[in-house]
Amino acid sequence: MKGSFLVNGRTNEWTFEPDATLLDVLRANGHPEVHRGCDEGVCGSCSVLLEGKLVNSCQVFAASAMEKDILTVAGIGTIHEPHPIQTAFVESGAVQCGFCTPAAILATLALLRKNPNPTDEEIHSALDGNYCRCTGYVKIIEAVRLASRRMSSHD
Amino acid sequence: MTERLNVVGANVPRHDALAKVTGRARYVADLPCDGAWVGGALWSRTPRARVRNIVFSPDFDWSRVTVITARDLPGPNEVHMIKDDYPILAGDEISYIGQAIALVAAPDKQTIEEALGAMRPDLEELPPVLSVEASLAKEAVIWGEDNVQAHYRIEHGDLEEAFSRSDVIIEETYRTHHQEHLYLETNGMFAHPRPDGGVIVEGSLQCPYYVARALAHALGLPLEKVTMRQTETGGAFGGKEDYPSVLAIQTALLSMKSGKPVRMVLERREDIDVTTKRHPSVIRHRTGVTRDGVILAAEIDIIFDGGAFSTMSPVVLSRGVLHAWSAYRLPNARIVGRALATNTAPNGAFRGFGAPQTVFAMERQMDRIARELGLSPLEVRRKNLLKTGDTLPCGQVLRSAYAGLVLERALDISGYEEKHGKQQEDDRILRGVGVSVFLHGGGFTGAGEEKISGRAAVEVADDGIVEVLVSSTEMGQGAATVLPQIAAEVLSLPAWKVRHPNPDTSRVPDSGPTVASRTTMMVGKILQDAAKDMRATLTGEAAKNAGVLPESILWENGRLASGGRDLGSFEELALQYKEEHGKPLRGEGVYNPPSDCQWNEAEYRGDAYKDYAWACDVVEVEIDADTLELRVPHVTSVVEIGKAVHPMLAEGQVIGGTLQALGWGAMEEVRMEKGRYRNNSVSTYIIPTAVDAPEFTVEIAETPSPFGPWGAKGLGELPMDGGAPALAAAVEDALGVFATELPLTSDRLHALLRQRRK
Repeated sequence: MKGSFLVNGRTNEWTFEPDATLLDVLRANGHPEVHRGCDEGVCGSCSVLLEGKLVNSCQVFAASAMEKDILTVAGIGTIHEPHPIQTAFVESGAVQCGFCTPAAILATLALLRKNPNPTDEEIHSALDGNYCRCTGYVKIIEAVRLASRRMSSHD
Repeated sequence: MTERLNVVGANVPRHDALAKVTGRARYVADLPCDGAWVGGALWSRTPRARVRNIVFSPDFDWSRVTVITARDLPGPNEVHMIKDDYPILAGDEISYIGQAIALVAAPDKQTIEEALGAMRPDLEELPPVLSVEASLAKEAVIWGEDNVQAHYRIEHGDLEEAFSRSDVIIEETYRTHHQEHLYLETNGMFAHPRPDGGVIVEGSLQCPYYVARALAHALGLPLEKVTMRQTETGGAFGGKEDYPSVLAIQTALLSMKSGKPVRMVLERREDIDVTTKRHPSVIRHRTGVTRDGVILAAEIDIIFDGGAFSTMSPVVLSRGVLHAWSAYRLPNARIVGRALATNTAPNGAFRGFGAPQTVFAMERQMDRIARELGLSPLEVRRKNLLKTGDTLPCGQVLRSAYAGLVLERALDISGYEEKHGKQQEDDRILRGVGVSVFLHGGGFTGAGEEKISGRAAVEVADDGIVEVLVSSTEMGQGAATVLPQIAAEVLSLPAWKVRHPNPDTSRVPDSGPTVASRTTMMVGKILQDAAKDMRATLTGEAAKNAGVLPESILWENGRLASGGRDLGSFEELALQYKEEHGKPLRGEGVYNPPSDCQWNEAEYRGDAYKDYAWACDVVEVEIDADTLELRVPHVTSVVEIGKAVHPMLAEGQVIGGTLQALGWGAMEEVRMEKGRYRNNSVSTYIIPTAVDAPEFTVEIAETPSPFGPWGAKGLGELPMDGGAPALAAAVEDALGVFATELPLTSDRLHALLRQRRK
């Protein structure tokens, strides 16, 4: 089938199978930054923001995401103009193999938009659905705190 | 004289971080694929069988796909590793669930599914060997003559005499279980046929030359016709040391036969089913001690479950045997290690490489000794800690030992002594604290570094940036930052003026595999020499052109000068060098074996490792008295690693490795049923999440080693060794039960409590 997808502020017309997931469709159409980790909605590597809400794109039918606002990590900053959360991840040592990183950054964005000054407990539970096998999470949590401080001082 | 360092020891921005946070990093599944086919495999569903035939249904149009069975191989049916016993595809016999029987390539995944559904292996099932006990009893001989894939023996001192002098003899058997790596990126390979009959393979891996050699061996090609390129690697932890050779060969075979580029990326279930895991172990300790807790005699019998083929088991077992004493002096010892074959998926490399199992057993045995003698775990440890000048059971005399240093420092920081033994019976939350002291040898075991004789190079690219040319890969641990720091320091450049491209075997010399905590320590040292070589060449060139003595040339802040006269920037002079000589400025280094390290492989004695890193973990637990749910609120880890080239990355290794160790100790459990992993998904194989992450206090102690660059020692695996035993000790402190087996799930704690009540 055919459908219109609004990804990172751009509208695209894509053809896809009726049972394709949003993850399949994004990856097939130039968004490899959305990673496939488990295909069962657990590891969170495929997280995107759908209408501002953090979802596992492997558990969303593409058909249900048509015409909706989809944000991937490539839509929030670039190498030359990174988003403050991206910078905070770099500076805090929150990046190792990088496979979970785009998703963890989007989880952070979803959290900080809702709750600009989260407690440690709120940070831990906001990241609970984003597995990381490298870092032990400590530096990811530090990055969220750093981003929170910086973003609220900008407001 | 202390050398002033500019780049080494500084937390420079991680070189690969910006690409990773912005989604620009490309993993193997992300590479553009115009016209590429996908690959798939028919995996065995039975642990042991004779293959009579593979039946291909006439209802499927086989011209739509490319199929390969063991009969279609162009070379030997062997994945070249240590021994060549691992078949590329099952031939006459199936040896484990998850073994590949046939390969298929097709334009799309759906066609693959159809083709796989139209194939049926005609099998005669055989009784499988599913435990090390059955393997040892030779219920069936499934490997070699006696199922023994590797065997080591260490004898030290006079064991029987020492036992006869002992006041108490303490015996216990410890068991550890499989651990799945669960790197977030599954194994994947992408093969392209070369017009000259060779092949280019790109993929997720740790050891480019291991895979290139395995490809050449299997395809019957000279090494020059095989190019292996590493793609961004989404975690490995040892899990991409051995299996990538299997998958690369399978993908290359499909590509060469179909004439198409073929990509095979394992689905998560496949990855868990078919790739290697940490070896389960059964380790028996018999220790003779004096009444006040001094160890006189130790007998340690180690059995590892190797799985169906030997993969890395001989060297994993060897490292396990050579770490069996953890951080303690065993003046008289007999240590025997055996790896046994079973009809389960081959076990292989996993961070720690055999040491986590044997360190767990030794640390637990120390706690057992303390318990039996009515002493504190600290007292027993302090009395037996290794010291400088001590002789290890393998005959190595320690040039330095920092067991005492890391222990005392960790006790200070953590407040262990105030917390230990303070649990209250009526608390709803039972608290406990446990300690472990351990070491990890940096670099290959024995004469491994001499055997491989690693090489490294640096070369100035046309944009003026220095490239580090090594086969050591970035897999998350930070090699792409730390190695450039080392070269930059020698060349008086900022770190960003040196880069580490992902290795391509057509370009980089063989610096060896990315394993054994050897990259910073061993490859770093060779790279340091390569950078010195470049520095000497450019110094000579600049001196000649300026008509001055080479000794007068000063390097500072990326510029060269002589007697107050600026001779130009490094880039200018390097590019000028290229113009004049018609080749880029280059420096080379090769491993320089230290003359005072000796290892005798035949006798299995000598300097087992060039040097050791040391650590102490203090783990605190909180256990819900009703549910027995276990939480780790805080971990203290003090590590002595010679020199931290990048302290922030080093800390990241300590924290990440320790949480993997705690995951193994507390919750990760591969449930086996008749040779099949029952929980082959991320929802059923439970690993720690952000909610489980403890707070960490990490301290890095630095006493430079003569064997690594600026004194750096291996670090990557060290943090995997001590978490589980410290956790078990903390559980003992909280509940009063002594666990000999992992993982410490609430079910196991419940069983231990029930047992105690009886």
